[in-house]
Amino acid sequence: MNMQTKPPHTAAEQAIVDSFAEMIGQLPGDAPVTAARDKLLSDISTSGLPTRRIESWHYTDLRNLMRELPKPGKGSATQVEPLVRGSLVLPMVQGQSGEPRAPEGMELEPFLDLLVSGAAAKSLTARGSDDLIGQLNGAFVQDGYNFTVAADTVIDEIIEIQSVQSGGQVHNRYAASFGAKAGATVIERYLADKTDAGLSTAVSSLELADGAEVTWIILQGCGDADQHLGQLNARLGADAKLKLYVVNAGGKLVRQELHVEAAGEGAHLDLRCVNLLAGESHTDVTLTLGHNVPNTTSSEIVRNVVLNRARGVFQGQIRVAQIAQKTDAQMACNTLLLSDDGEFAAKPELEIFADDVVCAHGATVIDIDHNHLFYLMARGISEKSARGLLVNGFVDELIDELDNEELVEALETLIEQWLNDHG
Amino acid sequence: MLEIKNLHARIAEDGTEIIRGLNLTVKAGEVAAIMGPNGSGKSTLSYILAGRDDYEVTEGDILYNGESILELDPSERAAKGIFLAFQYPVEIPGVATMQFLKVAMNEQRKARGEEELKTPEFIKLVKEAAASLEINPDMLKRPLNVGFSGGEKKRAEILQMKLLAPQLCVLDETDSGLDIDALKIVSDGVNALRSPDRAVIVITHYQRLLEHIVPDTVHVLYKGQVIKSGTKDLALDLEANGYAGIIEAAA
Repeated sequence: MNMQTKPPHTAAEQAIVDSFAEMIGQLPGDAPVTAARDKLLSDISTSGLPTRRIESWHYTDLRNLMRELPKPGKGSATQVEPLVRGSLVLPMVQGQSGEPRAPEGMELEPFLDLLVSGAAAKSLTARGSDDLIGQLNGAFVQDGYNFTVAADTVIDEIIEIQSVQSGGQVHNRYAASFGAKAGATVIERYLADKTDAGLSTAVSSLELADGAEVTWIILQGCGDADQHLGQLNARLGADAKLKLYVVNAGGKLVRQELHVEAAGEGAHLDLRCVNLLAGESHTDVTLTLGHNVPNTTSSEIVRNVVLNRARGVFQGQIRVAQIAQKTDAQMACNTLLLSDDGEFAAKPELEIFADDVVCAHGATVIDIDHNHLFYLMARGISEKSARGLLVNGFVDELIDELDNEELVEALETLIEQWLNDHG
Repeated sequence: MLEIKNLHARIAEDGTEIIRGLNLTVKAGEVAAIMGPNGSGKSTLSYILAGRDDYEVTEGDILYNGESILELDPSERAAKGIFLAFQYPVEIPGVATMQFLKVAMNEQRKARGEEELKTPEFIKLVKEAAASLEINPDMLKRPLNVGFSGGEKKRAEILQMKLLAPQLCVLDETDSGLDIDALKIVSDGVNALRSPDRAVIVITHYQRLLEHIVPDTVHVLYKGQVIKSGTKDLALDLEANGYAGIIEAAA
């Protein structure tokens, strides 16, 4: 008879268990919330951090990559100016919410309140046994925001959830629901000072009612030593449109999961993802998308710039249910590999059960186009600047699709800055 | 201004020799037309002048204002005032036309030790130049050459030439893909740039362009050599009688 022996906890696994024990009594929540936390922690303790043997983590062997948990932060994090002037900032300073005003047509409360009242208890579950981010975040979640945009309300100002961190651990949740035909642009922005290594986890849950149109931008600009584990869950009602942007420009170990369900006819998802990868970082973007009903459409474009010894992963799973006829899904992953030591793994996965659908996926790896480079240089632009323009252009093409000029400019400036710093 | 001496050049990748002992002198203020049958090396010559590294110079020299430019990369040559108007301008998605123009103008200024342009000054210059070439300002909001028609691309090339104000302009088949009206606008743009301290090399297949941009000298290129030079009448002769007679006489 074979005995299955569980490997002993790694340093990081043990640190998770220990830090949970240390925080008993400090994590907010009533009895059901506490019970939900205990359950999630015990699941982590039992199965450990996922390894490459778990399919959804095959390219991001977390047990191997997450060596330790950061030391507690010194608490010097401070709020910064929003990305776009005049935005409504929902501050998250070292994991704690502030008291921002809510514009007309929007209800807003700290997630802390939902933990304290116990209203959040039933949401503290994992998506499945391989959902380490859901487990870890649910076990430790301390705060966040919950907001609702009323039906037929369009929030004009950009909403910026601004998470600033200085070392230590922060675990936040954002729950956003958009009523029928509501509209908003939300930036989920992660910043960290460069002095202390930090760990942040975040789970965002979006509900788009029929006809809602939302632009949601995840902008990860953590420090070179930081670990960030994010998860976004979204459900799209009939004719709802979600324009989802992910910009990764920082972090040592990053995984951003995106789980989207096109649940109403006419729903549409645009995913545009820009991964700027340098140093020895590891960045993983994992999408699962369900086309669950007929006549839903989606388009996914991922553009990666890989420098130094950076490694990147994109997993794109598209499921088309048997009833989901007339689905149209187009997925592309393009990598500009600028280093011999860099690496990018692209794994498309289509599961199609309907017969009248258009689904396509493609992945390319390219270098700078020689003709483009010559053209720019022939105009007096030095090789270094010309390369910079072309690398910028490769990713700016996706940013240009946003219809807010100030936002486009802010994001492009940020990308340019990153490339200047790392190129 | 330009002196090409016994130039030999080949394709770097496979060693095919394209330019085989070419001699050509172009003075300041001169407009020189280079004509020749397909495959004679006209476009290759323009690329070599601009410094494209797909070609290797194996013998001879190119002197520009008395100095050899063979060791200079394309951007250094451009900063010294050499401009190539491409036969096929490339589309570069993601790079905004205005941004490109600004970077190009300022990098050249920087290389020459001049001060960078301020944004309002830059915009004014571009607007004026665009208007003179009947370029729709909306075109400049698009990524570089992306979605431009053939004629728009050529006009955009001349716009760049106007803004960068080079000393030596090389026009590689600028007339290809142009309708009569566009040809007129482009030619007027080039003629406006004619000046005693600027030289223009017009590479073309057809006499048509030379009716608009009247050359001072005409040179026939064949198998990588200039086999005959003359005045603008030479172009008329070629138009009427073809290359065969001249090629035979040179053989």
